[in-house]
Amino acid sequence: MEKTWNNKAWFLVLPVLVLVAFSAAIPLMTVVNYSVQDTFGNNQFFWAGTDWFTEILHSPRFWDALLRNLIFSLVILAIEIPLGILIALNMPKKGLGVPVCLVLMALPLLIPWNVVGTIWQVFGRVDIGLLGHTLEALGIDYNYVQSPTAAWITVIVMDVWHWTSLVVLLCYAGLVSIPDAYYQAAKIDGASRWSVFRYIQLPKMNRVLLIAVLLRFMDSFMIYTEPFVVTGGGPGNSTTFLSIDLVKMAVGQFDLGPAAAMSIIYFLIILLLSWVFYTVMTSGDAQA
Amino acid sequence: MARITLDHIRHAYGPKPSSPQDYALKEVHHEWNDGGAYALLGPSGCGKTTLLNIISGLVTPSEGRILFDGTDVTQLPTERRNIAQVFQFPVIYDTMTVYDNLAFPLRNRRVPEAEVDRRVRDILEMIDLSSWANRKAQRLTADQKQKISLGRGLVRNDVSAILFDEPLTVIDPHMKWVLRSQLKRLHRQFGFTMVYVTHDQTEALTFADKVVVMYDGEIVQIGTPAELFERPSHTFVGYFIGSPGMNVLPAAVDGSAVTIGAETIQLDYAPKIGSAKKTELGIRPEFIRLGRDGMPIEVTKVEDIGRQKIVRARFSGHPVAIVVPEDGEIPADARVRFDPSAISIYADSWRVGREA
Repeated sequence: MEKTWNNKAWFLVLPVLVLVAFSAAIPLMTVVNYSVQDTFGNNQFFWAGTDWFTEILHSPRFWDALLRNLIFSLVILAIEIPLGILIALNMPKKGLGVPVCLVLMALPLLIPWNVVGTIWQVFGRVDIGLLGHTLEALGIDYNYVQSPTAAWITVIVMDVWHWTSLVVLLCYAGLVSIPDAYYQAAKIDGASRWSVFRYIQLPKMNRVLLIAVLLRFMDSFMIYTEPFVVTGGGPGNSTTFLSIDLVKMAVGQFDLGPAAAMSIIYFLIILLLSWVFYTVMTSGDAQA
Repeated sequence: MARITLDHIRHAYGPKPSSPQDYALKEVHHEWNDGGAYALLGPSGCGKTTLLNIISGLVTPSEGRILFDGTDVTQLPTERRNIAQVFQFPVIYDTMTVYDNLAFPLRNRRVPEAEVDRRVRDILEMIDLSSWANRKAQRLTADQKQKISLGRGLVRNDVSAILFDEPLTVIDPHMKWVLRSQLKRLHRQFGFTMVYVTHDQTEALTFADKVVVMYDGEIVQIGTPAELFERPSHTFVGYFIGSPGMNVLPAAVDGSAVTIGAETIQLDYAPKIGSAKKTELGIRPEFIRLGRDGMPIEVTKVEDIGRQKIVRARFSGHPVAIVVPEDGEIPADARVRFDPSAISIYADSWRVGREA
């Protein structure tokens, strides 16, 4: 179809462009600005070129945080996506159970992130927390303040609790859109439960799963609030993910230059990985 | 290939049906012959699909039994009934190739791969998709997808029966004709029992040996296309079959005299109307002779539909349709005669016989 060009259209999108400029483009440019300069306070800046980028890329602290973050995101995806699909498959499709389940599922998503952190921080405490105290009483050595393993498990379980619902809701939406005739045809064709999943449900959930994977990857890769509240990045640096490290550097140490350089690298990594996920998951559609 | 017996089947979708109105399917009690081609014909919501799903086992009837060749299968799940069914809208497995789609029902039943290959290639040939065999099924047109659905039904040649639920709705007219003749040919070749649901009378009449007309959850008549045309046993059949449908005129019956408004027609028999509240006379538009003598009629409109003309008229205050040949004359002062052998008398909507 031939498109009509009309330059007046620019006036109509102008308000949005201005908003985006103020909310995204200009802050991003200031970060770029900081990343190539050095300051010792007094609002005096010196040109630093690509020094900060070189420094960040050669700093073991950055690579450690990046590695921790990658492991965290992969573990989160490996747990939340299959678990979300499994729960969605077992949710009722009609009747009173539907609204009940949907509300229950949506509940964790409605809680502010720092409150989620606080809930788990208290829940897991060995002295007063229901979980921590019970485990202690059962003789299981669990203390997220001292043991890195316990800290990791706490943060992962917390994220699974918080965000699996999102995957469930997305998958559920995909599942209910499958017409009954598909299931009936599968019965007639003598398909097993697994075949029904593999050839009907999974292909129909493809789109929403792509969204679920992208959202969960981006969110978990940028996770800050919950581990900050629960572990504060500790014990030691064991749960210091990129964003926590970034805040430590920018606010704690007031190293604006390196922090800005790190933000940009961080941003590019997320952009790149999201693109990879998207390309891989939609490659199936392109052929055929 | 099986004889299907429907033994006093009733079905209600809601729990605890109390009045007949609660039943989507009122009592059905029939036996369908092995190797027959049956068409279930009726308007939307008359229970055709319910009946079909009861036969395939997707729905378990509230009451009654279904027997295949004398064996009770009422409680058997679909996959153990050895039934193939084709649905109204195409169902294909998107991620599989066309070939795998057709092979799916066979592979699920552990048919040896050599046999699978032979049968799938046969079907591909038949539905004219051989060159598409290795393409993903996702991007095909609705026509092609439905052909695959049909193919999946036909690929198992040992089925007890093949059920079609308005399968040609999404197919374009030319292809419809081609597929219908292929189905008929296959039916003759393999002799499977075939049940075909449709609301299109042409489809039903050209396809089936026996047409089962359903109306409001009931089977109102089972018969050959000729029987349905000549002796509709219910006014609904008269109205539904034929184009335009049968003229059904309210009539008072007194012995062998039938009075419609101011006109009285003398029959050569006395219809057995019993204590019916409503009596009607039915006559097909093809059997009313328009001419210069007979009963007076007032012509209101003439529709030329090519080889015939349809005359819309008022007879004794009631609208009637009359089919006149293309070169037939329509006099200014038109009069009509009803062909006496084509008159049916209906008592409470059901046809009553000549045995008095």
